[in-house]
Amino acid sequence: MNGTIPAPTIEYALLAPMLVVFGAAIIGVLVEAFAPRYLRSAIHKPLTLLTLAGAFVITIWQARTGIPTTPSAMGAVAVDGPALFIWGTILVLAFVSVLLINDEGHFVASAAAVPGSAEEERALTEGATHTEVYPLVLFAVGGMLLFPAANDLLAMFVALEVMSLPLYLLCGLARRRRLLSQEAAVKYFLLGAFSSAFFLYGTALLYGYAGSVDLAKINTALGSVGGQDTLLYIGVAMLGVGLLFKIGAAPFQAWKPDVYQGSPTPITALMASGTLVAAFGALLRVFWVALGGLEWSWTPIMWGVAILTMVVGAILAITQTDIKRMLAYSSIAHGGFLLIGVVALGNNQQQNASALSALLFYLVAYGFTTVGAFAVVTTVRDAGGEAWHLSRWAGLGKRRPLVAVVFSLFLLAFAGIPLTSGFFGKYAVFQAAVAAGATPLVVVGVVSSAIAAFFYVRVIVLMFFSDPAADGPSVVIPGGTWAVGAVAVLATVVLGVFPQPVLDLAHTAAQSLFVR
Amino acid sequence: MEPAKIIEHSGGVIGVSWLLIALPLLGAAFLLLGGRKTDKFGHLLGVATAVASFVVGVLVFLQLLGFDPAERRRAVPLYDFIPGLTKMGLLVDPLSISFVLLITGVGSLIHIYSIGYMAHDPNRRRFFAYLNLFVAAMLLLVLADNYIGLYVGWEGVGLASYLLIGFWQHKPSAATAAKKAFIVNRVGDFGLAIAIFTIFTAFNTVSFAGVMESGADPSQGTLTAIGLLLLLGACGKSAQLPLQSWLLDAMEGPTPVSALIHAATMVTAGVYLVTRSGAMFFPEGSTAAIAVTIVGVATLLAGAIIGTAKDDIKKALAGSTMSQIGYMMLAAGIGPAGYAFAIAHLITHGFFKADMFLGAGSVMHGMNDEVDMRKYGGLRKVMPITFATFLVGYLAIIGFPLLSGYFTKDGIIESAMEYSSTLGWLAVLGAGITGFYMSRLVFMTFFGKKRWEADAHPHESPAVMTWPLIILSVGSIFLGGFLIVGNRFMTFLGPAVGQPEHLPSFHPFSVPGLVTLALVAAGAALAWFKYGAAEVPVTAPRGSFLTTFARRDLYGDALNEALFMRPGQWLTRLAVFFDNRGIDGLVNGIAAGIGGTSGRLRRVQTGFVRSYALSIFIGAAILVGAWFVVGNL
Repeated sequence: MNGTIPAPTIEYALLAPMLVVFGAAIIGVLVEAFAPRYLRSAIHKPLTLLTLAGAFVITIWQARTGIPTTPSAMGAVAVDGPALFIWGTILVLAFVSVLLINDEGHFVASAAAVPGSAEEERALTEGATHTEVYPLVLFAVGGMLLFPAANDLLAMFVALEVMSLPLYLLCGLARRRRLLSQEAAVKYFLLGAFSSAFFLYGTALLYGYAGSVDLAKINTALGSVGGQDTLLYIGVAMLGVGLLFKIGAAPFQAWKPDVYQGSPTPITALMASGTLVAAFGALLRVFWVALGGLEWSWTPIMWGVAILTMVVGAILAITQTDIKRMLAYSSIAHGGFLLIGVVALGNNQQQNASALSALLFYLVAYGFTTVGAFAVVTTVRDAGGEAWHLSRWAGLGKRRPLVAVVFSLFLLAFAGIPLTSGFFGKYAVFQAAVAAGATPLVVVGVVSSAIAAFFYVRVIVLMFFSDPAADGPSVVIPGGTWAVGAVAVLATVVLGVFPQPVLDLAHTAAQSLFVR
Repeated sequence: MEPAKIIEHSGGVIGVSWLLIALPLLGAAFLLLGGRKTDKFGHLLGVATAVASFVVGVLVFLQLLGFDPAERRRAVPLYDFIPGLTKMGLLVDPLSISFVLLITGVGSLIHIYSIGYMAHDPNRRRFFAYLNLFVAAMLLLVLADNYIGLYVGWEGVGLASYLLIGFWQHKPSAATAAKKAFIVNRVGDFGLAIAIFTIFTAFNTVSFAGVMESGADPSQGTLTAIGLLLLLGACGKSAQLPLQSWLLDAMEGPTPVSALIHAATMVTAGVYLVTRSGAMFFPEGSTAAIAVTIVGVATLLAGAIIGTAKDDIKKALAGSTMSQIGYMMLAAGIGPAGYAFAIAHLITHGFFKADMFLGAGSVMHGMNDEVDMRKYGGLRKVMPITFATFLVGYLAIIGFPLLSGYFTKDGIIESAMEYSSTLGWLAVLGAGITGFYMSRLVFMTFFGKKRWEADAHPHESPAVMTWPLIILSVGSIFLGGFLIVGNRFMTFLGPAVGQPEHLPSFHPFSVPGLVTLALVAAGAALAWFKYGAAEVPVTAPRGSFLTTFARRDLYGDALNEALFMRPGQWLTRLAVFFDNRGIDGLVNGIAAGIGGTSGRLRRVQTGFVRSYALSIFIGAAILVGAWFVVGNL
């Protein structure tokens, strides 16, 4: 027996969506290496879209054939109801974001060239485009899939890095305002690495406490290990920092406005939707599966974080003059609303299912709306690129009513106005929180929503009740962006008027809860 | 007999009865959003959606007739907004289908008539869009299976009414009248809204079926409060005392609007509300029900008295509308013995009043939009069709034997007599006054000498306007007898609203019936002597104190102005003062505080990655610290 390592059993069929995405990403790298430059774009676009669609179909098929009740891949990955739901959500949102990426003019011609150099000039005149974007996106999406499904802390860490590293790169690839973009990439990378260190350190401490990195085993250890509370508390706190950073919860939110602003807008859309969904999935899994027994101690802390996140997000958004930064703060505030749902998780099975389904619904609703909002941002352009300053949006409603109406719809959905998807997201989460006894938190949530409504409505007022400037921005809507806008409008309206099917789906997914 | 149980329904035409509402709604949306491009065919589209809705209504009616009477209350679930809280559905039953047929049937005729009447108006398309909007809202009002849906329709018809009264908003009087109608209705709508809140608190549901079958047993006081608040809502919409003042001014709207909204359909919504809620909130002999009968009688007399003194043909008809709705209210307050008569009178009134309003419109159309009857006279010769159809409507409303109004009004008087002889005799008196003022109107308009303005060239209206008149007058002749004789309508309506144990039998020669006929004849004769045989002065004589009293709408406006308008203005000024000084200060202070905090916090966002990292570090330290604190509690 000595020296033999038993071959691990891997349920390839269960992991198929991830494998498909990763496989396509590797093919994408090969395309970059071997295909001639003029063919690359033509190969990448269909490959990426088909991969994401295929992975989505497999996910649906898995959900229909029966959801496994035990972790797979030797306990490293758990493909359960919530994971499948999150996968489906991420894949659809990524698909929509890729449609946005497909439209030209977002990415730099040659990323390695110094901004403003002769080399860059040459790349621009040659009309080169940066097709590395596609495999990078696929790797990031693969990481997003693994992140919420990882069932031990090491697998989760690997997923975190697989997801983050391509995103750091993608942030720096904006075609316009390159210095800002590169600054965003470096900031995101430095702070991301910093927070990853926290995550890893927390993992080490928890291993020291429980003797395992398996989430379920950590939970079992909570009851049996005594006298090691220092290890446990520091470990949990550190782990929490790593996860809350990815969500952008206060006080770990500082990166978000800078990175969202500097990144190419389609990548911002991907991060604001896909990354947020994945990170919430992982957060839920860690806190519910590994630390469910510790609920009495993390709930109050989560209260504090949620309150701070909502308030900081809502208040700081008020004075923003840049549309992308404003949407970033809005995303922070929404992270806070979602944390209310995390707090609503408890020991009661029924209560858990309803809180979890509320969260899942919120993620779907918010994901679509936010992709749509960023899609609109890409269409309003000045000579130097997208027009981010709010003053440039004045009077848009008079010049391009349809664009302004669509953007207003998204803003109203962010604000949670009834008959939009945002209303039901908030309603479901707040209802679950009240049922769990977190009424004060809901009060803070409602007050922050009211504050947030101010700056959403302000943009609407600006668009419809101000006179357009004479040299106002032009509105360019390429085909892909048009489709993204249509999908997002459809999702926002349908989920606001007929939420029941998706609520039911989320409920079914949540019913099985996370496997332990 | 109690109302029948409501059965969930699917399939057939009833299953798609939402089409009734959707068709005119789409028409309105298309015409409003389509803008000037739809000017050419806008009126035809408007007519088409109304007629299509009528066809669906007839098909629904036929399918409903196919069921056993006890199974004719069909709920059609549509939409569940917040599960368990707001369920929207339609209720197709004998009561609602009666309204549907009236609204879409008479509505279609009035749509057709408007093609001719509005032919020269540049905004004809917009007019048809609003008419469609009205029809959709009114259908929602009567078809909704819950109070919230009813309320949405209720506000929708209010909006359409506002838009149409003020359709010629370039006239200050029209704009003011629209505003007045809106504000007065607001009082009633407020009552209805509070009633619905109270219903929800007491029963935890707002659906008709839910309230009927709920196990909740609220106190008598709560039930009475709900009933009175519903009555307040009904008074606003149906122009009953004390919220009657808007209806006369509402005549500023184009005449087809007066016919459809302010005579045939919308103003009867109050009667619908009381009848629909009857079994729940207006049980026989309850305080709320008694209040309904008193309001009804008071209004039927007030409306009739106002009608005697008006020289404006439309205002005289408006007074008459108030009065006739008073009859319906009276019957609705009586309980199951009265419901069938209330609704039957509502339907026949819909026909003959629409007939007369459209007839008045036809007269105005030929007389350069002149409304002063003192400047009419002798028109029967130049407008034979208008005259003949108007005459039918007139005979129907005064209760000429064997015409529609005779049966339905007599039914109301008979059942009122059985309920309380005082109310019964007052209703008889009202009928006598009706005989007088309607005869006065007819004599001043169609008989006597010509008193036309010099530039008036009266002529008969085009066929598109006269055919609706002819169809409506046929209904005015036969419908009443058809509905009342043999209690046909009472047994049809019974499953929806309940019916008395012993069905009433029709006595053509009862004492009250004969007295009514005598009084009507006396009233008509008096009118003949004063306005038919005698010369009618072109300028109105000063008249006695009583005439002034009636001319000035029984001082209703003066009362409102003294009691509400002027104190209200003072209150507004006071409120504005406090708002500026106190509340704005607080609100702006909060806003400035938040804004200032935002500005200060914003400086933390330096853009330096080192300070971000520091904030993460400090955050992590706080988190660890917090864990120790919480963990060691």
